Amino acid sequence: MAGYKPVAIQTYPILGEKITQDTLYWNNYKTPVQIKEFGAVSKVDFSPQPPYNYAVTASSRIHIYGRYSQEPIKTFSRFKDTAYCATFRQDGRLLVAGSEDGGVQLFDISGRAPLRQFEGHTKAVHTVDFTADKYHVVSGADDYTVKLWDIPNSKEILTFKEHSDYVRCGCASKLNPDLFITGSYDHTVKMFDARTNESVLSVEHGQPVESVLLFPSGGLLVSAGGRYVKVWDMLKGGQLLVSLKNHHKTVTCLCLSSSGQRLLSGSLDRKVKVYSTASYKVVHSFDYAASILSLALAHEDETIVVGMTNGILSVKHRKSEAKKESLPRRRRPAYRTFIKGKNYMKQRDDILINRPTKKHLELYDRDLKHFRISKALDRVLEPTCAIKTPEITVSIIKELNRRGVLANALAGRDEKEISRVLNFLIRNLSQPRFAPVLINAAEIIIDIYLPVIGQSPVVDKKFLLLQGLVEKEIDYQRELLETLGMMDMLFATMRGKEGTSVLEHTSDGFPENKKIES
Amino acid sequence: MVEENIRVVRCGGSELNFRRAVFSADSKYIFCVSGDFVKVYSTATEECVHILHGHRNLVTGIQLNPNNHLQLYSCSLDGTIKLWDYIDGILIKTFIVGCKLHSLFTVAQAEDSVFVTVNKEKPDIFQLVSVKLPKSSSQEVEAKELSIVLDYINQSPKCIAFGNEGVYVAAVRDFYLSVYFFKKKTTSRFTLSSSRNKKHAKNNFTCVACHPKEDCIASGHMDGKIRLWRNFYDEKKYTYTCLHWHHDMVMDLAFSVTGSSLLSGGRESVLVEWRDAMEKNKEFLPRLGATIEHISVSPAGDLFCTSHSDNKIMIIHRNLEASAVIQGLVKDRSIFTGLMIDPRTKALVLNGKPGHLQFYSLQSDKQLYNLDIMQQEYINDYGLIQIELTKAAFGCFGNWLATVEQRQEKETELELQMKLWMYSKKTQGFILNTKIHMPHEDCITALCFCNAEKSEQPTLVTASKDGYFKVWILTDDSDIYKKAVGWTCDFVGSYHKYQATNCCFSEDGSLLAVSFEEIVTIWDSETWELKCTFCQRAGKIRHLCFGRLTCSKYLLGATENGILSCWNLLSCALEWSAKLNVRVMEPDPNSENIAAISQSSVGSDLFVFKPSEPRPLYIQKGISREEVQWGVFVPRDVPESFTSAAYQWLNRSQFYFLTKSQSLLTFSTKSPEEKLTPTSKQLLAEESLPTTPFYFILGKHRQQQDEKLNETLENELVQLPLTENIPAISELLHTPAHVLPSAVFLCSMFVNSLLLSKETKSAEEMPKDVDMEEEKESENSDEENDFTGRIQDTNNTDLGEDVIHQLSKSEEKELRKFRKIDYSWIAAL
Repeated sequence: MAGYKPVAIQTYPILGEKITQDTLYWNNYKTPVQIKEFGAVSKVDFSPQPPYNYAVTASSRIHIYGRYSQEPIKTFSRFKDTAYCATFRQDGRLLVAGSEDGGVQLFDISGRAPLRQFEGHTKAVHTVDFTADKYHVVSGADDYTVKLWDIPNSKEILTFKEHSDYVRCGCASKLNPDLFITGSYDHTVKMFDARTNESVLSVEHGQPVESVLLFPSGGLLVSAGGRYVKVWDMLKGGQLLVSLKNHHKTVTCLCLSSSGQRLLSGSLDRKVKVYSTASYKVVHSFDYAASILSLALAHEDETIVVGMTNGILSVKHRKSEAKKESLPRRRRPAYRTFIKGKNYMKQRDDILINRPTKKHLELYDRDLKHFRISKALDRVLEPTCAIKTPEITVSIIKELNRRGVLANALAGRDEKEISRVLNFLIRNLSQPRFAPVLINAAEIIIDIYLPVIGQSPVVDKKFLLLQGLVEKEIDYQRELLETLGMMDMLFATMRGKEGTSVLEHTSDGFPENKKIES
Repeated sequence: MVEENIRVVRCGGSELNFRRAVFSADSKYIFCVSGDFVKVYSTATEECVHILHGHRNLVTGIQLNPNNHLQLYSCSLDGTIKLWDYIDGILIKTFIVGCKLHSLFTVAQAEDSVFVTVNKEKPDIFQLVSVKLPKSSSQEVEAKELSIVLDYINQSPKCIAFGNEGVYVAAVRDFYLSVYFFKKKTTSRFTLSSSRNKKHAKNNFTCVACHPKEDCIASGHMDGKIRLWRNFYDEKKYTYTCLHWHHDMVMDLAFSVTGSSLLSGGRESVLVEWRDAMEKNKEFLPRLGATIEHISVSPAGDLFCTSHSDNKIMIIHRNLEASAVIQGLVKDRSIFTGLMIDPRTKALVLNGKPGHLQFYSLQSDKQLYNLDIMQQEYINDYGLIQIELTKAAFGCFGNWLATVEQRQEKETELELQMKLWMYSKKTQGFILNTKIHMPHEDCITALCFCNAEKSEQPTLVTASKDGYFKVWILTDDSDIYKKAVGWTCDFVGSYHKYQATNCCFSEDGSLLAVSFEEIVTIWDSETWELKCTFCQRAGKIRHLCFGRLTCSKYLLGATENGILSCWNLLSCALEWSAKLNVRVMEPDPNSENIAAISQSSVGSDLFVFKPSEPRPLYIQKGISREEVQWGVFVPRDVPESFTSAAYQWLNRSQFYFLTKSQSLLTFSTKSPEEKLTPTSKQLLAEESLPTTPFYFILGKHRQQQDEKLNETLENELVQLPLTENIPAISELLHTPAHVLPSAVFLCSMFVNSLLLSKETKSAEEMPKDVDMEEEKESENSDEENDFTGRIQDTNNTDLGEDVIHQLSKSEEKELRKFRKIDYSWIAAL
C-alpha cells in the first residue's frame, strides 16, 4: 500500500543558458558601477591587503579607488607620458608603474612623489612587478629587454636581452624570489632566473603574447595572445597542457579567481570568459559594452573590475548574502530534545527502528489529497505561483482534468476569482507547451459561464481579450502553415527525383496547429 | 523423458479474488479459491504452504468445518463438496451432490448439514438449499438429501448471510431483502418502497452481512449507501438506518467478530470501518490499490482481509494497518504491452496494476515486484479516462527499459509520454533516466531496441501513426558538474507519410525494417538510408520480424488480410507466402523457429515453422476457443529433451500465450501447477507451535543453542546431517579421541560403513569426507609423534585392503589397549 503520490509537475527544458552553480555564482553581482577614466584603462590591480583598494592605470594617471568609492581616493599624476601597469607590492604599501618614456617609478601609497625612479630602459615600459622577496622590481620594455632592479639603492641588477620583440607582459613568481616570467611580441614566453643570468625556460605561444599568469603554486603557466589562451605545465618543462580558443578576438588579460578554481580571460571581443581550471571548459561568460583591456578580481571575488578601451571602468560588487531575519523566530524545541537518546548504544538484542521520514507535501498536494479541488486550484492561481511557476498551475489543471473534476473546480466562482483564472489563461494560452491543457480549461470556463455573461463588465472584458488572443493565434498559425508549405515546396524541388522524403530532425518543429472555438 | 502428447495447460496466475478468503481459527492461515484449487497461505509470511487439488472444476466456495477447526469444506462446479485437512493438505472426504454448486455456507448449529446455492431451471435463478452430509466412513459419499431454504436468490455468496448464530438467513436480490427464520420456517420480505422513484433509481442491493450477536442486518447498495435493518421479526414494524460514505457501489460488507464495527469497501479502494454503527464514527484505510471485492474477518478477530480486483489479497491488522499482501498475476485490465521477458530475472513482464509494470515469476507463480511507471496518484472512478501504459520494451540485455504511456480524451487531445529507465546495479531496480514528452504527434504503434551484441550505442526506434519513425540514441550528457547520459532523437524517417505500423531490428542490428501500412521498408542502421522496399498489396502489415541465426536472411510479415509473406533479403524477392490469418507471431530467441497463432471462426491454431523450410515443424489445432492476444517464448533454465521432431521446438524455450479473457496458457506435458513446489511441511510444523511468553524465553534460548552448535559444526568441517544417522559414525564422533585407535585402522571400516549407507551420497563425495574425517582424527591424536608419516600412511591405505601390517608398534600397543576397553562400537559396524 503506497502513500499519496504527489502531482507530477511537468518540467520543461529551460531555454538559453543552463543554470549551474557557476552561473549562479557569477550572476550574483549587482549592476555594474561605471566610472569614466581619461583614456583606455590598461591595468587594474587590487591591493592584496585590506581594505583591498585597487589601482587603475589609464592614460598618464594612476587612480587608487576604495572598495565602494566611485571617486578616486588618491591619484598619482606625475607622469609626463602614458603610465603603464601600476602594481601593488604584496604588503600593499608600495606601488610601481612603468611609463611610455622608459622610466619605472616606485610610489609609497601614502606619499605623492615617487620614492624611487629606475632609469635604464630606452623605450616604453609596459610591464613591472615586484619579486617575491619584495625588494626587487622586474620590468619589461619595448626595447626588448627585461631588467631587474634593486629597490633599496635603485640600481639595475641584471638585464636580459633574450627577447627579439617588445616585452609586453610579465609576472613574478609568488614563491621563488628569483623567478619571473615575461611574454613578448616575439611569440615566446620566457622564464628567467636571477641566479643564472639567462632564461631557464622558453615556450612558444604562436601569437604575440598579451598576458601571462602564473598559478599560485607556480606549477602552471597561462599565456594569452591572439585568440588563444594556453596553459603550460612548468613542472614538465613547459609542456602545453591545453590550448583554449573561446574568444574571437585577441585575448588581452587573464585573472584567477580567489579560490584558484576558475580562470577568467578578457578579450577585445568584449567578453570575459570563466573557465574551470579542472576541465578547462567555459563555465560562464560576461558581456561588456566595449573591448576589454584589463580585468581584476578582488579578494574572495567580492568585486570584478574591468577596464575597457573607451576609458570606462566597470565595477561589479557581489550581492551581500541576504540574511533576512524572518519575523520573530518561532520557539523551537530545546537542544536537549534533539540529542535525547542520541548517545544510546545499541545492545545486542535491541531492534533498531528508524523513525519514518516524514514526507512534506506541497500545500496544493495536501488539498488534492483531501479532495479539496477548488481550494487546490485557488492555491495555484495565487499570483505568486501563477506568475512565477505557471507550470505548476498548468500541472494542477491537468491533474484535475485527469481526475475528471476540472469543471467542478472551475464552477461557482465569483467575479474576482473568475477574472483571476481568465488572467492566467490570457497570459499563458498562446504558449505551445501549455496550450493543450489550457484550451480545454478555457472551453470548460466558457461552457460554465456562458449563461451569466454580460453581468460583469470586468469579466466580459477579459473574455473579449481572450477572444482577441485566440484570433491572433489562429492568424499566426496560418502564417506558420503557409511558411511551412513554402519550405516544403522548396525542399521538394531540391530533392528532385528522390522518392522518399527524409526529414531531418529540425530544431524544434513548429508548434502544432491549434484550433479553438470560443 | 517420456514422449507424451503436448497439451495446452493453464499456468499459474489463477484468480485469488473469486470468493471471499477464509481465515483458519487461529488466524495463521488464510484460504482462498484459485481456479480448480484451494490455496493455503500463511498470513505471517505470505507464503503458499499448500495447494489443495482434487476438484475437477472451478472451486466456488470454501468454509471452515464449524465442528472441527482443522478441517475445511470446499464446493465446486463439479458437483462435489470436499472435506480437507489443511494442515497436511490431505483430502478427507468427498460428498457427491450431483448438480453445480455455486456457493457454500456452514452454520455451527446445523451440525450435519451445509448450505449451498444451486440453480435448477432458469439460468439466472438460484436457490439456497441445505445438504445433509451423511456420516459414513468411506471416502466418497453420495449426499442427495436436499431441502430448499430460499428460492429466487442471487448467485453471488455476498448476497446471502447467516445471522445471530444461525437463527435466520438473509438474502438480497434486486430491490428486496428476504429473511428466512429457521425456527418459524417463515420468510419475510422487505422491499425498498422508493425503488421506482427516480431519486432512488440505484437502490439495488449488492451485498448483505449479519450481525453476529444481535438481530441486525447490514445491506450494501448500488448508490453507495449501507442500510442497517433492525426489528425485522415484524414485517410491519421493521426499521432501518442509513450510513453513507461510499460514492459508488458497496462491494462487500463484513461485521467484526464482536459485531462492534462494520467494514465496507468498494471501488474507491478505501476500507471503511464503521464503529458502533454510527455515521460519524468511522475510520479509513485508503489507497489499497484497486477495487475491494471481498472483505473477510478472522474468527479470532485480530485480522481482516480484503480481496481486490487486481488479484490481490491484503491482510490487515485490527488497527487498520496492512500487514501482508498476497499478490497474484494482475489480470483485471486489458494488456497493452504484450508479454515480455525481463532478460535479467527471466520474469514475465506485462501491464499490472494501473500505471505499473508487473514482473511475474513463472517458476514460482508469484509476482516479483511492480514497477511504478506513471508515478501518479491513482483515482479509481467509473468513467474516468486513465493514463494507459501502452508499450514497453527491454533493451541491451535488460539494462534499459522503454515505456510509453498515453491518455486520449478526445480525438485531438493526446497526451503521450515516453520514459526510459536504466537498470541500476546498486539498487537492483530500474531508475528513470529520460522522460520525453510527446515523442510523436500521434499514438506510438511499435517500439524496439537494437539488441545486437556488438552495438556500441544503445538505439531505440519508435514508430507512430503520425507517419514517422524516430531513432533515439543514448548520448553523453555529462558536464563538469555531473556525469549523466540521456536519450536524444537521432533520426526521423518517413515513407510517403504513411502510418508507420511496425518496426523491427535484424538480429545483428545492421538492418531496420519499418512497415508503413502495406509497405515494408528496409533501412541501413549505420547511415539511416533507405535500402529497399517490399510491397505485397495484401493489407496492412500487422506483424513483422526477422529470421534468426541461419535464417537471418529472411524477413517475415503478416498482414491483416491473412497473408503471411517471407522475403529473402539477399535477392530482395518474395520467397514464399501463405494464407494464414496470423494473430500472434513470435520468434524464438534460442532458435530459428517462429511461432504463429492464427485465428479462425472455430478457434486458434498454432504453427511453428522455420522461415527456410516451407513445411511447418509443428501444428496444433484448436489451442484455444477464444482469440489469442499475445505470445512469448520463454527460454528454459534446463533444456528439455524431446526427441521426436515435432516437439523439438520446445526443447530450449517454452511458449506462453495470453487469450482475450486473460488466461495465461502454455504447452507442456504436465501441468505447471504440479511442478510448483509447495514449501516443506517442516515450516508448517514449526509454525504450529504456539507463541506463548514461555516460547519467547525458551525459543530464544534454543535458537542460541542452535547457533552455537552450528558454529562448532562449521569448525569441525563435519557434514553431520548426512552422517549422523549411521551408528558407526556417530559412535566414532562421540567417542573421545584419545581412546580411539589410529585413523589408519579405522579407515577401511569407516569407508565401508559409508558404502553400505544410503544411496543419497554420491560416490565422488565419499572419499573427500573420509579424508576430512581422517585429518581430524590425526589432529586430535596429536600427542603421537609420527604425525606426517601417518598422513602418508592413510593416503596409501585409502586404496589398500589390509591395514594391520602397516601399523607401527606403538600403535599396535595403543590398539590393544583400546580393544580391551571397549568392543561394543565395532559391533555396531
